[in-house]
Amino acid sequence: MRKTFRKHGMWTILIILMTALVLSGCGTAGNQGGSQTGSQSEPSAQPPKPANPDLILATTTSTVDSGLLDVLVPEFEKKTGYKVKTIPNGTGAALKMGEDGNADVLLVHAPASEKKLVDNQTAINYQLVMHNDFIIVGPANDPAGVKATKTSADAFKAIAAKQAIFVSRGDDSGTDKKEKDLWKAAKITPSGAWYQESGSGMGQTLNIASEKNGYTLTDRATFLANKKNLKLEIVLEGEASLLNIYHVMQVNPEKFPKVNKDGAKAFVDFMVSPETQKLIGEFGKDKFGQSLFFPDAGKKDSDIGKAA
Amino acid sequence: MDLIWQGILEAVRLIVTGDREILDVTLRTLQISGSATLISLIIGVPLGTLLALSEFRGRRFILSILNTAMGLPPVVVGLWVSIFLWRSGPFGFLNLIYTPVALVIAQAIIASPVVIGLTSAAIQQTDPKLRLLIKALGTTRIQFLWLLLKEVRFSLLAAVIAGFGAVVSEVGASMMVGGNIKGSTRVLTTATVLEVSKGNFEIAIALTIILSLLAYAVTLWLTLLQQRQHEGK
Repeated sequence: MRKTFRKHGMWTILIILMTALVLSGCGTAGNQGGSQTGSQSEPSAQPPKPANPDLILATTTSTVDSGLLDVLVPEFEKKTGYKVKTIPNGTGAALKMGEDGNADVLLVHAPASEKKLVDNQTAINYQLVMHNDFIIVGPANDPAGVKATKTSADAFKAIAAKQAIFVSRGDDSGTDKKEKDLWKAAKITPSGAWYQESGSGMGQTLNIASEKNGYTLTDRATFLANKKNLKLEIVLEGEASLLNIYHVMQVNPEKFPKVNKDGAKAFVDFMVSPETQKLIGEFGKDKFGQSLFFPDAGKKDSDIGKAA
Repeated sequence: MDLIWQGILEAVRLIVTGDREILDVTLRTLQISGSATLISLIIGVPLGTLLALSEFRGRRFILSILNTAMGLPPVVVGLWVSIFLWRSGPFGFLNLIYTPVALVIAQAIIASPVVIGLTSAAIQQTDPKLRLLIKALGTTRIQFLWLLLKEVRFSLLAAVIAGFGAVVSEVGASMMVGGNIKGSTRVLTTATVLEVSKGNFEIAIALTIILSLLAYAVTLWLTLLQQRQHEGK
């Protein structure tokens, strides 16, 4: 009896673990086989099978946290047969992935930093996709009196003067870069116990601001998506300098031969196509009663927001 | 309180209705962490045994490094594995970054020091007289090692529990090397982080409950095996 127990125990574990290994191995092997060769006998109604189906999209947390890419990526995969690996990071990290050739296509929102990549030929096929806007949110009682201000510069001055808590992303993301620019425009170098860096994504930063009764700069999409959990309201919106402009671009295959050139081009084409632009414009209307992103393909940067 | 209650309800709902996506993520978590644990055993048990039984210069030094590595922060492993697997890295040509294989690699690296350390500690704890006795029976080297490992199987199971527990619960490395890709590298921990940043706290709470139940179920099973053997002895 003893012996059976002993042997039994050891062997069961080994067998179970082996099964797990084989299963996971099969899973990946199956995926690779299916996608690389495209030899699996699928009915012809299935999407086309590109030669190299793996596409790495480096993007910002806002496109993922808002749920926009949950709508767009499956649509793109269905149409083209590519398999998108979406890697959400701050814009700084997303751009770095492009600079190192670690991504195929970028969807980001920090035009000033993007310009460098376009100028040094790291990014090609640079296209305007859409915009949304930043808003300043804060506690309902508005201790710094931001609601009375008209511009973001005045708003930031009021917050700094009152030393009201301001939670910054502090993660070199597009939103973080924007916030730093706005402080610069207000001619203030924020520091002190009231200025706190969360080092986290937008959703998490909003939670922190809400719990600490602080102010923060956020994109509208993430704010609306998280609103039900937050004790924050919009204290300033609608200023031209608060626009958040998204571009899509391919990583230059001449610089990085491993880049999935065709896949990246297909993604850029998809993002600026009329059907996708329509999807972008309608995204969020059912849930929030307003658009979260405004399609801009074909426009010039300088034209955006004139109407807003 | 309302939130916690809703989270619990959501967890029950997801489990009872057998939500397809949650089921997928849970099974994938088991597969990935199970494979990583197995690999760490394949690497760790022989190395741990070797370290325990052999005498050479620098052995203590290696043991001290190992003991430190038992607490190796997953985020350290995550970054270094990423650097090696990125296209710009030395193993970029393998195209492994952001795949389940990358996750298994990172998790196996996290679990291996735990297995090596616990194995070597277990073997060192055996009575030297016993080792001598086994040898005196005229056993071959393989038989000797097998008998010795059988003697410490109780501790080896503890190593499995510790290794599995370490990898199934970590998020930093999985996020970095896996990228939290839906249907491929999304595991319970990374899915939780995503749902929190999306503001879906109920689902996030439900995921943490499922993860805890999963970790508990596996550990319970291993513990029962271990104790049964203990009593069997």
